[in-house]
Amino acid sequence: MTLGLLSISWQVIVDSIGLGAVYALMAVGIGLVFGVLRLVNFAYGQLVMAGAYALAFASQWDLPLVVGIAFCFAVVIALSLLMDLVIFRPLRAQSPAVMLVATFAVAFLLQSIALLAFGPLGKSASSLGYLNRPVTVGDVDIRKITIVAIIVAGVCLLLLVLLLERTTMGLHMRAAAMDFRTARLLGVRADRVIGSAVLISALLAATVSVILTVQNPLVTPDFALRDTIVVLAGVVVGGMNRLLTATMGGFAIGFVSGILGGALPSDQSQYLPSLLFGLVILVLLIRPNGLFARGPGPVERV
Amino acid sequence: MSGRHLTQLAGPVGLVVIAALLGSVASNSTEIYFINALVAVSIVVAIYVFVGNSGVVSFGHISFVAVGAWTAGVLSVPVSEKPAIMQYLFPVLRDNTVGNVPSLLTAAAVGGVYALLVGLPLMRLSGLAAGIATFGVLEITHNLLRYYEKVGPGTNTFSSVPETTDLLQAAIGALLVIGVAFGYQSSRFGRLLRASREDPAAARAVGVSVYQQRLIAFTLSGVLAGFAGGLYVHLLPINSETVYLDLTFITLAMLVIGGMSSLWGAVVGALAVSGLDSLLAEAENGLTIGGLTVDLPAGTRLVIVGALMALILILRPGGITGGREFRLDHLRRSRPPTPEESNS
Repeated sequence: MTLGLLSISWQVIVDSIGLGAVYALMAVGIGLVFGVLRLVNFAYGQLVMAGAYALAFASQWDLPLVVGIAFCFAVVIALSLLMDLVIFRPLRAQSPAVMLVATFAVAFLLQSIALLAFGPLGKSASSLGYLNRPVTVGDVDIRKITIVAIIVAGVCLLLLVLLLERTTMGLHMRAAAMDFRTARLLGVRADRVIGSAVLISALLAATVSVILTVQNPLVTPDFALRDTIVVLAGVVVGGMNRLLTATMGGFAIGFVSGILGGALPSDQSQYLPSLLFGLVILVLLIRPNGLFARGPGPVERV
Repeated sequence: MSGRHLTQLAGPVGLVVIAALLGSVASNSTEIYFINALVAVSIVVAIYVFVGNSGVVSFGHISFVAVGAWTAGVLSVPVSEKPAIMQYLFPVLRDNTVGNVPSLLTAAAVGGVYALLVGLPLMRLSGLAAGIATFGVLEITHNLLRYYEKVGPGTNTFSSVPETTDLLQAAIGALLVIGVAFGYQSSRFGRLLRASREDPAAARAVGVSVYQQRLIAFTLSGVLAGFAGGLYVHLLPINSETVYLDLTFITLAMLVIGGMSSLWGAVVGALAVSGLDSLLAEAENGLTIGGLTVDLPAGTRLVIVGALMALILILRPGGITGGREFRLDHLRRSRPPTPEESNS
């Protein structure tokens, strides 16, 4: 079945929603940390990469599936807390530009460590491979992992909304994201809020590792690097200042990227990154504060 | 231009001359490291002209290096060799070849025009939006150069470009770039931009058009980066992956490690990191120091440079030089700088 002139099949639409769902999860992970620390974490993709390596080793050692996934979560959480302790905490007082460059350095550092330790060829993480098999709905073949990705993303986002809206910790996190100093004056414990944001963002990264290794079982040192760059662009395009707009930005860029990939004729498909980032720059020029942000940007006070 | 200012230039120029002299007495196999380091100085100083003076981080400058390299490379491969690596070139590029110097000048011009075109819209942005947008420029440039085979070799490597970047050309190139960068930052435009870096609101209040000043610096740094790209393609057979993420990382690391906000810092960082990198490269092949053989696994270099960059950012965000220009009296006596000096 096709939609009008664009000849975009339902297949492409479903796959695009799946990609958007994964990117939305990564966007939440990046947006949460940005909310409390004002820090854009370039190294987020390397958390996903570390989780993917954990899964690859788990499948190499023939660990049971549940143990493998638990191992993946443990590795990602440990690395994320370590990153916060060693890098983010000493940099808290620095300017956003310095922090951006610092996380860029950490991303490269982790990637080169992976290259050194595991080599450039990559390892295979195949224990969940059966999720790649398609189910047929009507005349559309949907890979099971796409359905799983969409459901997992939906559940994660719902849980997160509940946490942020219904618990004291969520209230504290929202307050800290709005105005960190005032929140601290009012008794919000800074370390606990930052710790929970880092922890939740690590949980999301581990979830993304599991989904991405199913879609792409070959784990290399630059695993998820491209995805992170695209998601970062999506988060900024959506609007960094609110978690909701950042998430929508992440979903939108995944969805648009999927649709463009399907709509481009195959001899032009290598130009997809140009088209995508061209769009990103265009949107940033028209709405520098974010596509989904409300009202004019903050007025600079002297 | 006062005498005090000219001594600021003495440091960077002196270092480059020392590096070139050291390279000229080094063995043939070591000389290449010195040439590499001098080309790195050109690239890092080109980035510094924008990033250092404006305080806006750019991940996109390697695009201008890439465009410069493509320009100089395509123009200077001999006509007879072109079909072998670039069979789909536009006829005008296919049938003409220019010499070394014209190819470098054209590279600088194309780099500048490209930076101007990109900067016209992009310089309206600041902060994170600017960072992501410059990253977008890098992605687009890399993507187009990699697949658009009418303007270059696509995924092929630029073999058969005459290797004219020897020690002398690399040194002269680096000195030229440093001279232009110094001239710019001592000029009225450079000072206006640095004022806007320190306090954008105050600069606007006294009538500085931050947009215009940033665009001038961006274009000039595009010219220099294009030129440096030309030097680079005349040094090594590069391809589209050579001028992409890794080079972006290593040149930013050089700038940060040396000290982002001074010309002295850019030069010190480029030479220090290049030196370290060369030493590690030797160690990866097995290096004997005082009877002790060091043999590092391949890939250690990026780990150490990355760790060093993170460490410097945490412990000394101003970089090795503290972001200050070279001063003779720093060699004679040390005293805490006044705030005015540490900003200049």
